[in-house]
Amino acid sequence: MRVFSDTWLIFERSLVLSLRNPVWVIMGILQPILYLLLFGPLLTNIARMPGFPPGGAFNVFVPGLLVMTALFGSAYVGFGLCDEMREGVVERMTVTPMSRVAMLVGRSLRDVVLLLGQGLILVLLAIPFGLEINLGGVAVAFLMLILIGIMMSPVSYTLALLLKSEDALAPVVNGMALPLLLLSGVMLPMSLAPDWLQTVAKLNPLFHAVSAIRALFNARYGDGEIVIGLVVLVVLAVVTITLGSRSFGRATS
Amino acid sequence: MNAQSSAAPVIETAGLRRIFKGHGGAVEAVAGVDLSVAAGDIFGFLGPNGAGKTTTLRILATLLPPTAGTARVAGFDVARQAREVRTRIGYVAQSGGSYRESTGREELVIQGRLFGMGKAEAGRRAVEILATLDLSEAADRTCKTYSGGMRRRLNIGIGMVHRPSVLFLDEPTTGLDPQARARLWEEIRKLRETGTTVFLTTHYLEEADALCDRLAIIDHGKIVAEGSPDELKREIAGDVLTVGVNGHGERVVKLLEAQSYVREACLEDGLVRLYVDRGEEAVPAVLRLLDGNGLAPTTMDLHRPSLDDVFLKKTGRSLRETAA
Repeated sequence: MRVFSDTWLIFERSLVLSLRNPVWVIMGILQPILYLLLFGPLLTNIARMPGFPPGGAFNVFVPGLLVMTALFGSAYVGFGLCDEMREGVVERMTVTPMSRVAMLVGRSLRDVVLLLGQGLILVLLAIPFGLEINLGGVAVAFLMLILIGIMMSPVSYTLALLLKSEDALAPVVNGMALPLLLLSGVMLPMSLAPDWLQTVAKLNPLFHAVSAIRALFNARYGDGEIVIGLVVLVVLAVVTITLGSRSFGRATS
Repeated sequence: MNAQSSAAPVIETAGLRRIFKGHGGAVEAVAGVDLSVAAGDIFGFLGPNGAGKTTTLRILATLLPPTAGTARVAGFDVARQAREVRTRIGYVAQSGGSYRESTGREELVIQGRLFGMGKAEAGRRAVEILATLDLSEAADRTCKTYSGGMRRRLNIGIGMVHRPSVLFLDEPTTGLDPQARARLWEEIRKLRETGTTVFLTTHYLEEADALCDRLAIIDHGKIVAEGSPDELKREIAGDVLTVGVNGHGERVVKLLEAQSYVREACLEDGLVRLYVDRGEEAVPAVLRLLDGNGLAPTTMDLHRPSLDDVFLKKTGRSLRETAA
């Protein structure tokens, strides 16, 4: 099928380019590592407070860091696309018979692969701090990480296709990413928040992702949040991929 | 080429229009363009910046739907059969198309594969194009290390990987030094030998004159003249005489307009511009006339009409100023 071979071609090309110039990849992993080293230790005491969810401090914190890595990793992928647009790459490929879905999904898959690598590094680094690993749960958690990437990257690409320049994209992405981050309970669990804040957080898909991944990291496999998180992410991913592919079809810079 | 393929136009438009709606209201970038380009020609689209050249090109290359009118390229409608058109055309944008962090070979190979070639076939085709464009040595260097001319050649190479029947080039030589430009002209002429129709936009008169079999002059979204460079120049029969008269321009124009040997006189940039049938007879006559009126010319220049004269006559402006 055309769409699969085209997706593979774009995936391969994008991955080669990212690894050739890995500044973004390194920056993407550096930030969560700093949080792990410089912020994580603060949580050991807070974890004893009432309202803090069950599980060790790092089993609560690392899931949040993973989602943060996914959020920032995919929110800024549009910058690379702006660069390609400026050099005429997107337009050149638009005038080929290639699949429009592949233009988007090929790039998003690259983002997901990088994300998985970053996530793996993060989890391994957290083990010496006291992160407890249960393989089944972590595996499903990484599946959710893939879903977050495949849901968020198209949003960034779509915005890039609309706004066409990094200057226009930066404030929009920042304005979007920060509230999503704060309302997801990444830093501190939302269970510490007042009621109204908890209510608002429930509208944030990433809040459900964090809750689900926390449940998985703490081996609470019966927790309803896991199913809610998976369903929310799958539905949103279908929506963003559909809209994103259409934007590539219309891309006229 | 057989008679049939040269008779059927490979690009045909009728009443093509494109309106952009912006903050300041609607702008008609393409205002009713009727074009017909024969297979195998190098066709030039000449006009100043903002004349509608690129917009027309983008419509023909399926990047932009027309607001009204129709366009057929390589036998298919650009709006309704975009996919069919895309398999048959190559398009090289002004912004280029090659990515600076990719190597020349990588760009050629992936382009071939996006057009459905297998890995081995795309690899062979890339080697072939790199050799044709004299880029073999730079094949595995990233594009950011290329000179301007090399990068332009690669971009054209990317556009011809799949042997398109029509190749669109948007301002292919803008910003290149004269040597690199001449080099690129060579490559474009070579394309014609393979039977490829080349449709290019330019605001360089020399380029249109030297390279194109036929050309259309576009201004404010409308075609104001069309023909071979020679035909267009012949429209301004005779010679062009420009006379510098030190501020007495308007008076001199009035004087000369009344002379039977002057077909047309106008003032352009402080210089009096005369279209005359026979330059060698007009020069002494003009001198006598000026002398008799107590005027002395500061400069005098007699030349064959250039495309700039054509442009000036058709649009009332000189392309050299508008393009600057």
